[in-house]
Amino acid sequence: MNDMTPIAKLTIKDWESDQEVRWCPGCGDYAILKAVQRTMVDLGTDPSQTVFVSGIGCSSRFPYYMASYGFHTIHGRAPAFATGIKLANPELDIWLVTGDGDGMSIGGNHTMHMIRRNLDCQIMLFNNEIYGLTKGQYSPTSRLGTNSPTSPGGSVDRPALPCAFALGSGARFVARGFDVSKNLPEVLKAAHAHRGAAFVEIFQNCIVYNKDRFEDFAAPKGAEAQQLWLQNGEPMLFDKGTKGIALDAENLTLKVVDVVDGDWQAAGVIVHDVTNRSVAHMLVELPFGTFPMALGVIYDDPRPTFDATVTAQNAKLAEGKEPNLAKLLAKGQTWTVEG
Amino acid sequence: MATLLADSDSTAQPKGDAVPDAVVVRFAGDSGDGMQLTGGQFTLSTALAGNDLATFPDFPAEIRAPQGTLFGVSAFQINFGSTAIDTAGDQPDVLVAMNPAALKMNVGALKAGGLIIADSGEFTKRNLEKAKYEVSPLEDGSLAKWQLLSFDISALTLEAVKPFGLGNKEALRCKNMWTLGLALWMFDRDRAPLQQWLRDKFAKNPVLADANIAALNAGHAYGETAEIGGQFRQQHLAPVPSAPGLYRTVTGAESISYGLVAGAQLAGLKMFFGGYPITPASSILHSLAKLKEFGVTTFQAEDEIAAICSAIGASYAGQLGVTSSSGPGIALKGEAMGLAVMTELPLVIVNSQRGGPSTGLPTKTEQSDLYQAVYGRNGDTPLPVIASRSPADCYDCAIEAVRLAVQFMTPVMLLTDGYIANAAEPWLVPDPDSYTPFPVTFLEEKNGEDRVLPYKRDDRGVRPWIKPGTPGLMHRIGGIEKAPDTGDLDYSPGTHQLQTDARKDKVDGIANAIPAQEVTVGEAGGKLAVVGWGSTYGPIHQAVNRARAKGMDVSQIHVRHIWPLPANLGELLHSYDKVLVPEMNTGQFKTVLRDQYLVDAKPLNKVSGQPFTIAEIEAAIAGELA
Repeated sequence: MNDMTPIAKLTIKDWESDQEVRWCPGCGDYAILKAVQRTMVDLGTDPSQTVFVSGIGCSSRFPYYMASYGFHTIHGRAPAFATGIKLANPELDIWLVTGDGDGMSIGGNHTMHMIRRNLDCQIMLFNNEIYGLTKGQYSPTSRLGTNSPTSPGGSVDRPALPCAFALGSGARFVARGFDVSKNLPEVLKAAHAHRGAAFVEIFQNCIVYNKDRFEDFAAPKGAEAQQLWLQNGEPMLFDKGTKGIALDAENLTLKVVDVVDGDWQAAGVIVHDVTNRSVAHMLVELPFGTFPMALGVIYDDPRPTFDATVTAQNAKLAEGKEPNLAKLLAKGQTWTVEG
Repeated sequence: MATLLADSDSTAQPKGDAVPDAVVVRFAGDSGDGMQLTGGQFTLSTALAGNDLATFPDFPAEIRAPQGTLFGVSAFQINFGSTAIDTAGDQPDVLVAMNPAALKMNVGALKAGGLIIADSGEFTKRNLEKAKYEVSPLEDGSLAKWQLLSFDISALTLEAVKPFGLGNKEALRCKNMWTLGLALWMFDRDRAPLQQWLRDKFAKNPVLADANIAALNAGHAYGETAEIGGQFRQQHLAPVPSAPGLYRTVTGAESISYGLVAGAQLAGLKMFFGGYPITPASSILHSLAKLKEFGVTTFQAEDEIAAICSAIGASYAGQLGVTSSSGPGIALKGEAMGLAVMTELPLVIVNSQRGGPSTGLPTKTEQSDLYQAVYGRNGDTPLPVIASRSPADCYDCAIEAVRLAVQFMTPVMLLTDGYIANAAEPWLVPDPDSYTPFPVTFLEEKNGEDRVLPYKRDDRGVRPWIKPGTPGLMHRIGGIEKAPDTGDLDYSPGTHQLQTDARKDKVDGIANAIPAQEVTVGEAGGKLAVVGWGSTYGPIHQAVNRARAKGMDVSQIHVRHIWPLPANLGELLHSYDKVLVPEMNTGQFKTVLRDQYLVDAKPLNKVSGQPFTIAEIEAAIAGELA
């Protein structure tokens, strides 16, 4: 970020645009919008240096409601626009808003390449496991058997796991949260602190077409026992510390263990290390039900960013060369015709 | 050489020992024989000798098609001489055939009485079979109407490079240099630049450099020695009288790249180029990737869509966004172009056209993307279209595309084609200072009473360009219909009508910001106008000149601004009795002209993947005036 005169402390109001919010009443997007605005206030960033970029879908209306710069682009392609914006002006703070259809289906290709290149930006993928704006068709993250207008007999294609996809694409930051979680701003702040492509999957309740799909772990109240909130350097405990995650060394996987009297070490509970890629792979694939839902910062191990590397290489290639167009045009083997 | 031309059927060619004004040479061989390289270097030496020239590279889509096959033949034609040259020539005077397949595919084009130079060492039983010859054409008299010089170039090359201890395969690779050496001798060319070029090219492997130079010298010496001296003589074509100044050769891909750099400089902008490899457009990306010191960022995107979207992103952030492709890739970019039109951001899209539809003819030339350029998007989505007519013309066209894009906040399509992109021609090197700058002004302060109005239009209907990062001007843009001035989401019926009209009026208004259409050759009004666009310039120009020399009332009008069309074009076309539109498509510009001006434009179409010959257009002119 730039070093301009510090601006007066902003409030949530300062991050609200003058546009009327047009999501369905009760949509999880409202909670995410508030959480993001809260995050921006806490981060103390400058709206004029911030750009929200989105594709198409319910989630992609998000930029209109933030009082920063915003670009509502075309379906699935937000990563490509973000890449051009960031390379043209690396000072800008880029937030990408996408959904399970936009980011995992039509734009899956771009999501993969933005992540593997490690473009410095925050990627918020709102996963509601359904197509909302086109009226309720099943999405690439819908569970098997999802009934929808395009899958009247139940969907038969296996769902993609966004966080596993991100890790497989080479992500150096993967986190999870959900719409009404009070922890969401902390997760987003961690994403912002990470230099590089920070991938955050946010489970979001589509009140109209996929209501309460995540209530087993994301209900506003009563589902805490099914949430495994990961903290770097802390043991992987859940259900008020009565249970934990241990390594099943025999099967090279994870397992749930009971923790008696808080003695997690005796139970073999492992300590979360955000730089452990192998464990990250296991965490994002834990089958819910047998396991709680892994939430928070799952993986965070930065590498040089695409934009910084491109900028540095451009400077290096230009070093010592004069941008003299006349010389460039007259380069090579030439001849003169006398007048 | 003199005898070679003496039997020519062309009355335009001088008889006896006279030196012709122009000569057409075609090098043809296996795609692995290095014919494009041979042709390219011959082009360079021709330019250095001060001859005017035009070239036509014609190569297969496969990188290394199976050796010796008919579809693996790669050819490079050059027309050069002491008069102005506009085309790569209709019929070659000289055909260099490195194998039977190359002979078979090309001999039909050779002028009667022309010279065939064939590598007899490659006319083996196996190669003859691959070329579908039952008997060797070198021996059965089937080449009687041409002059034939066949000798074992393979063996001569092997002999020449023997001292360097290369393997057989590597040694045979020097064949093209041997052939080039012979060609240089035939036309009295200086070998020194070629020798230097080989030393530079093989700087890391001096043995290969020496071997290639030895092959080059051996080919040259072969010409000089008595061995073939009796059959043709060396000749020297006088340099073409040109406008005074500094010249170089340039391909379309190079001059587009330089023009884009120049345009960005005139606009005071950095340039961002998002591209995805595709034949024949990739060479622009290659060329620009080497120009980082000019504030150029190049980005090889994951696909065509990402390429244009990244370029739009860069334009949004305040740089000059550029993308380029060929037809199939342009099709993929269509939706994003619509967004650039809707958000009114500057962007240059270069389309190096090739034969279509679908994958079509990847390495052949065509002009069949005109509809796609003018109309090919969803919705009412007008954008300016400019067509370049030659490699050298690409420079000015690229600058013009940049100018319109930034002055009118619009994507602009620049059409070239495979022929222009790859062909080379002499270029009077322009003085960058002679172009009028068109610096961009970004909005820095609120333009409304208490807020920014991103869609407030000026008197030309142009909205302000606002860079994210500018304090106090935060706003949101997108592909949804928007209210005037504020840009707030608004898809009420009245708004859409108003904004659709505003977008159309803005682009239509560009007709007032471009030069009036001039008559390229001839005069306003008369019996016949031959109206062209793009790379048909050369053959039309020659054909019209020849017809006029015969006293026919015909003029040439070559159009650069395809959309919007120059304001005076309709009136100009109506001043002729007849209008003929030669195009390498099935009549697209003809249809546009009919639609715009209700003029009875007649089509002359060719879609064989080859440029028009002068004779084809000349015949059509004669037909119209008969």
